[in-house]
Amino acid sequence: MSSNNNLIQLENLKKVYKIGETEVNALGGVSYDIKEGDLVAIMGPSGSGKSTLMNIIGCLDRPTEGKYLLEGQEVSTLDKNMLARIRNQKIGFVFQTFNLLSRTTALENTELPLLYSSTPAKKAKEMAYDVLAEVGLKGRELHRTNQLSGGEQQRVAIARSLINNPSLVLADEPTGNLDSKTGKEIMDIFQKLNQEKKITIILVTHDPDVASITRRRIYLRDGLIIKEENE
Amino acid sequence: MNVLRTIRVSLRALGRNKMRSFLTALGIIIGVGAVIATVSIGEGAKREVEKRFEEMGTNLLYVRPGSQSFRGRHYGGGSVQTLTADDAKAIQEKCDAVQYVSPSVSTRAQVVYGNKNWNTSIYGVGDKYPEIRNWDVEEGIFFDENMVKSGQKVCVLGSEVNQNLFEGADPIGQIIRLKKIPFRVIGTLESIGESGGFWNRDDMILVPYTTAQRRLLGTTRISSIDVSAVSGSRTEEATRQIEDVLRIQHKIAPGAEDDFNVRNMSDIAESAAESREALKILLGGIASVSLLVGGIGIMNIMLVSVTERIREIGIRMSVGAREKDILFQFLYEAIVLSILGGFLGVGMGVVGSTLISKLAGWETLVSLWSIIAAFLFSGFVGIFFGFYPAWKASKLDPIDALRYE
Repeated sequence: MSSNNNLIQLENLKKVYKIGETEVNALGGVSYDIKEGDLVAIMGPSGSGKSTLMNIIGCLDRPTEGKYLLEGQEVSTLDKNMLARIRNQKIGFVFQTFNLLSRTTALENTELPLLYSSTPAKKAKEMAYDVLAEVGLKGRELHRTNQLSGGEQQRVAIARSLINNPSLVLADEPTGNLDSKTGKEIMDIFQKLNQEKKITIILVTHDPDVASITRRRIYLRDGLIIKEENE
Repeated sequence: MNVLRTIRVSLRALGRNKMRSFLTALGIIIGVGAVIATVSIGEGAKREVEKRFEEMGTNLLYVRPGSQSFRGRHYGGGSVQTLTADDAKAIQEKCDAVQYVSPSVSTRAQVVYGNKNWNTSIYGVGDKYPEIRNWDVEEGIFFDENMVKSGQKVCVLGSEVNQNLFEGADPIGQIIRLKKIPFRVIGTLESIGESGGFWNRDDMILVPYTTAQRRLLGTTRISSIDVSAVSGSRTEEATRQIEDVLRIQHKIAPGAEDDFNVRNMSDIAESAAESREALKILLGGIASVSLLVGGIGIMNIMLVSVTERIREIGIRMSVGAREKDILFQFLYEAIVLSILGGFLGVGMGVVGSTLISKLAGWETLVSLWSIIAAFLFSGFVGIFFGFYPAWKASKLDPIDALRYE
């Protein structure tokens, strides 16, 4: 166990899928470190393994081989319940398709993680109001998902990802479903969160505009890192 | 996630799709309603039978031909003709624990008055019949000993027959035709009402048994003898006396089987109550099947619901819901649905049985235990049939779920 300020340590991560009879090597041995407060982009064409890598970092999946240390704790071998716990406490997700609950208000969507951390209802509501204000949705808290624009929905998703004060936020093609103007607004939010709040953010994307706000980038191809950039 | 919070989550989830939730619960609602209504009908019928038999008194005996048979079902009781009017006379004379006797025959006949027509039961009975059965004549008189002896063509009408043929006009002294034979109406009976919804005692005509034998049936046999004991406490004694007298009358050798049987009204009452109870349980059982079907309906809809909400499950898992959280959320949804359905079903059942008792005139009785049982059963149905879909939901892989279109 190394005592450095590495938030994330990936050591030779491998992932093999079995689809029917065939085996697919999604990751062939990825090693990388991410420090607290980093703003990183994982890039690559489709099929490069970046989604797989994101799922492992996000504790939605476990590697077949290799180690993943989050805040110094090895999470690669934890069981499903423990992984769920970590997702709840330490990780926030932002998806391309927003993934909000339909027929639900922005407020209820935002406080969803707090439901699973047994936060009392009243406190959860307060926290949700606060974080929604931070992403610029003050006054919109009680609008339902279908009453929000794409950009607003993504802001709600960002608010949801932040509400439990996570160690890191994972965003998978966050502007993929938005027009360029709205996309820029969202990227500004990410930048602000990283600069002002020192939140560690990992962006998974193939869009250079998205990657342009990051200082570190890795490029994946066929399950391996082929290039690293550090600014 | 504690229980109360989960229930609130479940309620909110159900509320998001109110129509589907209602349709899911509909099976339970109808099932529980049906159980409550049918059991209350059965309970009411039983209660009514018990009441009627109570009214009749405990000193009634009933002699029928044919040997003692199983639990009141007389095998060949009607086809074996071994009773005669002389038997009745002998019982009257020789049994001191006996108060009155009335020989009895019966048939059905078309009854005609003017242009009115009615098909009804004709009972040929003795002059003491009203005393034995504790019925009162409303208008006119009952036939007396002489009328019976001479086989006069007189009759007494049950209140429904009276209403149908005469519609409020005075029937006394009028001539009606039974099987084309003219009879003079000398009296009408008070309204007695239905017995457990199955035998309408107001729909009959009473004539002297002698007349019935000679004119309507062409036989010298009688089909039964109604007997009243001097008092309720001497009924046992009367039974024994009757059996002794009849064995002598029928020249039955000692040790040989009786070719008749004497039934105590309370025996009959008991077996009638038992058969009503069996009927009630049968009806309740059938209605319970519909409750089971309701449960299967819940399971099906919950499975569909789970499939439709795969994305939602994935989202919840991605923010930290464990398998247990998902399982309980969906399980509580099923339980809440079935208990709410049970609640509405009980309401429907009570309304239904009240309606039935108003419309059909049957007495219904909604018992507390049937309500409690219905609630428990519907809760159990929710748990049992909701478990599989909830389990399936909890076992979803979050990555696949999030990717689901």
